[in-house]
Amino acid sequence: MFKSKHFEYYRTASVLLIALLLTFIIISFVSGQPLHTIYIFLYEPISSLSHFGNVVEMAIPLTFTGLALALLFKMNMFNLGAEGTFYFAGLMASFIAIRISMNGALHPLVCIMFGGIVGAAISAIPGWLKAKWDVNELVTSLMFNSILYGVGQYLLNYKLRDSAAYQTASFKFESTAVLSKLIPGTRIHTGLIIVIVCVILAHLFMYKTRWGYELRMTGANREFAEYSGIKTGRVIIYVHLLAGLIAGIGGSVEVLGMYSRFQWNALPGYGMDGALVAMIAKNSPIGVVGAALFLAYIRVGADMMSRYSDVPSEMISIIQAIILLLVSADQFLKFWKNRMLLKEAQKHA
Amino acid sequence: MAEALLDMRNITKVYPNGVVANQDVNFSLAEGEIHAVAGENGAGKSTLMKMMFGMEEPSRGDIYLRGSKIRLNSPQDAIRMGIGMVHQHFMLVPSFTVAENMVLGMEPRKGIAINYSEAVRLTKEYATKYNLHVDPTEKVENLSVGMKQKVEILKALVRGANILILDEPTAVLTPQETDELFDQLKLLKEKGHTIVFISHKLKEVKAICDRITIMRSGRTEGVFDMQQVSEQEITRLMVGRDVVLKYEKEANSIGKPVLRVKDFTVCSKEGKRVLNHIQLSISEGEIVGVAGVEGNGQSQLVDAVVGKLKGESGSVEVGNVPIGGMDIESVRGLGVSYIPEDRMRQGTAKEASILDNIISTRFKGKEWSKLGFFKRSKMLELTEEYIKKFQIKTSGPNQEIGMLSGGNMQKVVVAREGSTEPKFLIAEQPTRGVDVGAAQLIHHNLLELRSKGCAILLISADLNEILELSDKLLVMYEGEFVACFDHPSEISEQELGLYMLGINRQEQGDIRRGMHV
Repeated sequence: MFKSKHFEYYRTASVLLIALLLTFIIISFVSGQPLHTIYIFLYEPISSLSHFGNVVEMAIPLTFTGLALALLFKMNMFNLGAEGTFYFAGLMASFIAIRISMNGALHPLVCIMFGGIVGAAISAIPGWLKAKWDVNELVTSLMFNSILYGVGQYLLNYKLRDSAAYQTASFKFESTAVLSKLIPGTRIHTGLIIVIVCVILAHLFMYKTRWGYELRMTGANREFAEYSGIKTGRVIIYVHLLAGLIAGIGGSVEVLGMYSRFQWNALPGYGMDGALVAMIAKNSPIGVVGAALFLAYIRVGADMMSRYSDVPSEMISIIQAIILLLVSADQFLKFWKNRMLLKEAQKHA
Repeated sequence: MAEALLDMRNITKVYPNGVVANQDVNFSLAEGEIHAVAGENGAGKSTLMKMMFGMEEPSRGDIYLRGSKIRLNSPQDAIRMGIGMVHQHFMLVPSFTVAENMVLGMEPRKGIAINYSEAVRLTKEYATKYNLHVDPTEKVENLSVGMKQKVEILKALVRGANILILDEPTAVLTPQETDELFDQLKLLKEKGHTIVFISHKLKEVKAICDRITIMRSGRTEGVFDMQQVSEQEITRLMVGRDVVLKYEKEANSIGKPVLRVKDFTVCSKEGKRVLNHIQLSISEGEIVGVAGVEGNGQSQLVDAVVGKLKGESGSVEVGNVPIGGMDIESVRGLGVSYIPEDRMRQGTAKEASILDNIISTRFKGKEWSKLGFFKRSKMLELTEEYIKKFQIKTSGPNQEIGMLSGGNMQKVVVAREGSTEPKFLIAEQPTRGVDVGAAQLIHHNLLELRSKGCAILLISADLNEILELSDKLLVMYEGEFVACFDHPSEISEQELGLYMLGINRQEQGDIRRGMHV
């Protein structure tokens, strides 16, 4: 019944299921009314259009960063720079949204493109260092996150800060720059269209084009790619550019779609969550959508739970940690695969 | 025969990539015998031995030692029970001395320091006892391959090995070194040790073994007393049919030179000349074989002719274009194809599909994509054509190549490299670890390319293969060509061995004249 070639799907499904079950167990220890709490956790996010809208609007940035990281992970580069890129590109888009006035339809597009280009440029640096000198991309990308955060805070405080605002936040965006709402009754904005387009393009790129092929071969076996005549250094750089572009567009869309000022005073965390999304999705662009929706769903569920029951939303960190642990544990459920293999082998014998 | 010392019953092993390496294998070892395990490459010999040594766990089946069931979770367990193994690729620390390697992990102590003089004494004691003479204070990196093997055997003995597994011990040895090894093994047997001897070379098996277990595609084909079975019989069981590697080569008109290596010299980091004033020329429709004990400059020669290695002096030209310093894409653009020695490391991307592996050297061509989008159906057609032509056993073009057996994987590599109408093909160990059927198919493909006018450089450790296929045979020793033969199929393996070992060498002038350079 079970086939070993679908093993990865079974495993991912089992991981998510185990994480949920563990959550239920913990809830039943902490909560006074465990059943009610679980009900809220599972049902509230889909109970109304506006709640479901919350899920979708949270899934949008997760999909952007998930896509960017899926491209990098597929190339076998463990680069976590999407975090800083996402944040900094959002700030750069805000800059255009505040300082420059433009025709209504054009303004958000220019903001987003600018954010995207800045993102690509930032992301290219660790890529270039990797291709040129084989500098570990994990180290450079993490350091860049800190650098970008520092520079971003400086720019926010000294160039864009509105002293009239009640908190550390920028001036208000020009109304022309803000993304319009797509579905009445929710906060879902036109960024949804952009993200869907990005997912489709990323999928086509990865599986249908020669550049995507070069990416996949570089990731599968860099030495083989080199031997075949692929210039892997160039591949590494253009994939970094592309990943930065997607993360940058994501940051810009998020800022313009959800806020009226730039007000991130800490790294927003979408980059790191994107890593989780990409891992659950096994680096498939289409899979990223599902993984982002799942993560957004349990996030919103946890949020509702903290509002309507006696369990705090920090609960969600436990689930995420378990998922991350199990998804990245290669040996997890291996015995099951071995058994499947043994059975199939006997059938063929 | 005495009662079974070690018994492996109904062993099945399935690897995570789905390859069934062993299927209901039974293996029984009697005390004090030399027991051969013979079979083609990929028959499951190594897997069986790895399980005996605790490196792999059987998916099913049990192992009994002196009648009681044992579980081996790691090589440490095996060593504790008196099982030792000498691997095909030595497990020694090159920068340590022989004595240090000998006591690695069980160092004799003096206070908290290691007692080196005790280590040296121990090494000497065992060396004398087993007549395996090595210098305990010499660094391993300075030893010859044959010496390293002695160190490996001693290492196992020092650890109290009673059962000794030798995995293709003669693969890296010259015929002369092999004879020496056999004398030592006989001595070990006299001293009461039991030896498992893995090989696919029948003459050797016949020479020293008492019994033989024959394996074919993951199963045992039978156990025989050596006296009661003929070489023909063993061959038949090993390959399932009578196979003689003999090819009818049609006479070929040899065209103009394609590859020209002139006076090429390369030094290693230590300043040793790994390629010493190499002269080589290969013409259209010619197969030039290079024989030699591994590590005598063959891999550097390959690196040089694919343009990866820049020489200190000399040049490499393909079709009159010097290729030193060119990138791989441009070298391939000149019509150079390359079947690499290691298909797992270089020749394939094992998580990728067969299709992806087939197109890797040609996907940049205009005919394969439109505006950057792949013409997938055309690629599928191509892949299916090769699957058919090379009889690749697979469920389809989209199957992961890592799921295929070694022979089928190699066929994919050969299909890819041989089908782009190469002018010059480098075939490095093209049939290593491949079953006979696949090997024949690959050989026929090479001969087909030859008749189409491709120049082929064949580097192989398989003497039979190289003697049969080559139009001209060169022998490499310490970075130099020491012999050149015009009619390779008329030379005996023994004679070749003398050149490979550096005992005999021809005059440089004769060699050059033979190569027409």
